[in-house]
Parts: sequence; C-alpha cells; structure tokens
Amino acid sequence: MKKNSSGHEKPLPQPDPDSQMFWEGCKQHKLLVQRCKKCGTHWFPPDSMCHMCQCRDYEWVEVEGKGGVYSWIVVYYSPHPAFSREVPYAVSYVELNAPKSIRMCGNIVNCKNEDIYAGMPVEVVFDDVTPEVTLPRWKPTK
Amino acid sequence: MNNLKDKVAIVGLGWTKFSRNSGVSVKNLALESCKNAIDDAGLTVKDVDGIATYNIGDSVSPYVVATGLGLPELRWNIEYFAGANGATSTLLTAACAVIGGLADTVLIFRAMNGRTGTRLGGAGLSLNTSGVEQYCVPYGLTTFPQAVAMIARRHMIKYGTTSRQMGAVAVTCRDNAALNERAVLRSPLSIEDHQNSKMIVDPLRLYDCCQETDGACAVLITSANRAKDLRHTPVYLMSGTHGAGWQSGEFFGKTTAFWPEWDELSDTYAKTMAPELFGKAGITPEDVDVAELYDCFTIEPIVQLEDFGFCKKGEGGAFVESGAIKRDGRLPINTHGGLLSEGYIHGFNHVLEAASQLRGDADARQIKDAEIALVTGYCGPVANAVILRR
Repeated sequence: MKKNSSGHEKPLPQPDPDSQMFWEGCKQHKLLVQRCKKCGTHWFPPDSMCHMCQCRDYEWVEVEGKGGVYSWIVVYYSPHPAFSREVPYAVSYVELNAPKSIRMCGNIVNCKNEDIYAGMPVEVVFDDVTPEVTLPRWKPTK
Repeated sequence: MNNLKDKVAIVGLGWTKFSRNSGVSVKNLALESCKNAIDDAGLTVKDVDGIATYNIGDSVSPYVVATGLGLPELRWNIEYFAGANGATSTLLTAACAVIGGLADTVLIFRAMNGRTGTRLGGAGLSLNTSGVEQYCVPYGLTTFPQAVAMIARRHMIKYGTTSRQMGAVAVTCRDNAALNERAVLRSPLSIEDHQNSKMIVDPLRLYDCCQETDGACAVLITSANRAKDLRHTPVYLMSGTHGAGWQSGEFFGKTTAFWPEWDELSDTYAKTMAPELFGKAGITPEDVDVAELYDCFTIEPIVQLEDFGFCKKGEGGAFVESGAIKRDGRLPINTHGGLLSEGYIHGFNHVLEAASQLRGDADARQIKDAEIALVTGYCGPVANAVILRR
C-alpha cells in the first residue's frame, strides 16, 4: 500500500456528501450523529432520511462517546500489507450508552487483546492519523 | 395466496471438476457445467431459452454463455449482482420467469476461479473505503471472515456457543466429503485438528473457513408439465424466499460487510421469513429430510438451524455437537461436504447436492428416502432459501 503524503499507510475513509459532517466532527474531536428534527430519532451511519419517519430534516448533534463492547474480533491473519504488520489487533462494534440505538466500529486501544470482554465500558479517543483525517477509536473507561 | 409450489422442476445437473487451480478460463468452466446440465436432462441447446447467474468477483455473463453454447435465442436472462444472497434466489427468480412465460427452459449457473482468480476471502482485493466501508475498513475490518467472526463472537456472548461446537460443523462436513469424489478436501479431520488449527480471526480458526475453489455448476429448470416426460425424476420447487429485515443495512461492500444498524447480530432474517417459506411449501421443519445449509463459515449453519426452527434459539451449538446433523442424525446437513469441504462455488453447489439427494442418485452420499430438502444461501440481516421435493 502506498503511503499518503503524511506517511499514514492504512486506507483512509472517503467521505461522501452524507458523511462529510461526521468526519469533520472527528477532526474537531467531536463525535457527531444525525437527529431527526421531527421525531427525534438518532442514526448512524450517516444518511439523508430518518429511517423512522422518512423526514429529511435533521441536525447534527454531538454525543458523549461512551459505550460498551457489543462484539469484537482479534485479527491474526490479514491479507493486506497495511494491516498484516499489526496482527494480532482487535476491532470492536461499540454500542453507545446514549443514544443506545447507535453502534460504531473501531479499534480498542490502551488494552491488551486478551483483556477485552463483552460489555466492557469504553470511550472514544480521537486519533489524528493525518492533518486531514481523524479516526475515532475506543479505550477502556477507567 | 399466489404460490409457485410444484410448478417448476430441476431436470438437469452439471458440474465441472472442483479444484484449487482449474487452469482454464471462467467462461470455459461455465460452458462445461451448462453443457453437462443440458446433457444430463437429455435435451439440446435448442431447448434452452433462458440463462441466469449471480456474482461478485469472478463470473461471465449470460450473453457470453449463450453465445458460447450456440443458443438459437436467449429469450430471458438475468445477472444478479449478489454474493451468497444469490445462491438460491437466482433459481427462485428463474422459476418465476418460467411461470410467467418469459422462458420455457432456463439454465442457472455459477462459475468462478475462486482460488486462482478473484479470491473473495480478501487476498488480492484492493481495499474500498467508500460507502459503508468507510466506517470499518480504516480500522482493519477488511474481509468477509472478519465480518462473520463478529457474528460468531456475538453468538458466543449471548448463548455461550463454543469453538468446539463450531468445530463439529467442520468435522461433519469433512466426514461427508470423504464420500464425495468431487470434494476438494477429503482427508479426515478431527475435532482436535480443528481446535489446533491456527486462528485466522478470533473466534474463527482455519477450519471454520470454507475453501476458495475453482469450478462451476449449473442446473436446468423447466415447467413441471414438461419435466415429467424427461429423463430424471423431477425435483420440484416447493417454495422460496429472499429478502432482508428491518434495518438490514448495507449488508456488504466490495471487500467486507458491516451491519451497524441490525438489531441483533446473532439473529438472522431467516427467523422472519421461515414461516412463509415453510407455509407456502405446506410443510414444517420436521418434514425436512436433508438440509444443505450455507456454510461459508461454521457459525452459519448453527444460526440457520436455530432461525429456520430446527432447534431453539441459542441451542444451535448444542444441536450440532449432539451429532444431530450427521448422516445418521435427525437432520443430515451438507451431505456433499459443504462449502467447507466440497468447495466454495458460492453456495450454488448446495442446490445441486439437494437435487442429487432427492433424485436418489447421490451414490455413497445418498440419504435414504430423502424426499424434501431445504437449501439455503447466506443468512444474516439478509437471507435466502428454497425448499425442494422429489
């Protein structure tokens, strides 16, 4: 995999018109999700319509970024050079405490792979991987 | 209620050799399997007027196959962009085309150099970070085995399912493959071999993963009316379903899958669609004699056995460990060795195995008096399945 201009060797997200605000938020170390202005439903991943009431009028709101491990894997074999150097590494689905309906995918950091458990409380940390891109990751809540 | 029960039948089956290096083109594989299916039915290319296939990765189009076979006319065709959600639903769609009069006799095939061409396990695939994959690929969730490992872990968390139980699926499939000359892997596999095999993505070990394979298979279908005058015992389509549940999400991307909005990762849409599937066939799960269950990874048959109603939710692990899925068990599954041991022809080889069992010509693999079979494709937030009978 080619290094990009800032030396980050892993694939970076390609924001689209729906997700641009989410990634902008990460850059400012804020975890943003959408909320329907009509029925109040929150959703993620970003979309252009409320899945509950089909309203297209929504706002971006910051969420606390605390949650628990819903499921996780530890990758021992990766066919991709960018990740094969780092095995074994953990990826988790994190279920937010509020709003509970939202799950995000990300790495667990500051924690040994063997210490991860179901429901483990985690909180978001922002990793500025390049000057343009910040990835949310998750660390155990003390 | 509109019903397609018993209106269409499978009348011909065709395989190529399954291998890890076919040495021939995907088109070559497709043509060979299709011609074998036509020959098996005792028909000629002049009788075929429709072609259907599905793919992600390696494939060739119905037009290419129609040209290669020299079909006088291709009255109907479809190429479904699908992974294993096309495994049984492509057959179902083709049956609807026959019922609707769009074509009389249709070939359905899946051809792939799945090992030497495009490897769906991830090797050689360039990483995609647009669409839903922008939220998982940057973290190293990049392959289908990793996506399914997330489901396996969730099932372990919720129900206490164990790696040994998943291993029971691998061992059963290998035992069955020993009786199948077509199978890619036939050497004995013990539960210890499974437990000692290397971790690919915890909780999935090497033998929890299916075999990327070069090969093709095809079936020929026609109306029930026409089928009864042909060479083989017709295998009738009783019912089929194919869809997705509420908030199934963007279930797969180009290289992996991520289901952030699906309510419970250890549940599948099969749970919702099973009543319609069995209801339209007029049977219950107890009536099924043999089940060919999509087994890209060992957790899949476990969740399917639960969600199609062969055991209670959460008891799939205990069910497979009890031996109930073995040849002499309550519900023999994957009698050809499954994707885990016969080979990965994207699940379409399950359709052919079920038809062989129901025709009674499955040789050493034959399950005595098999009359009704369930065949499934991938079941997660999306699911597909058909019920066949002789």
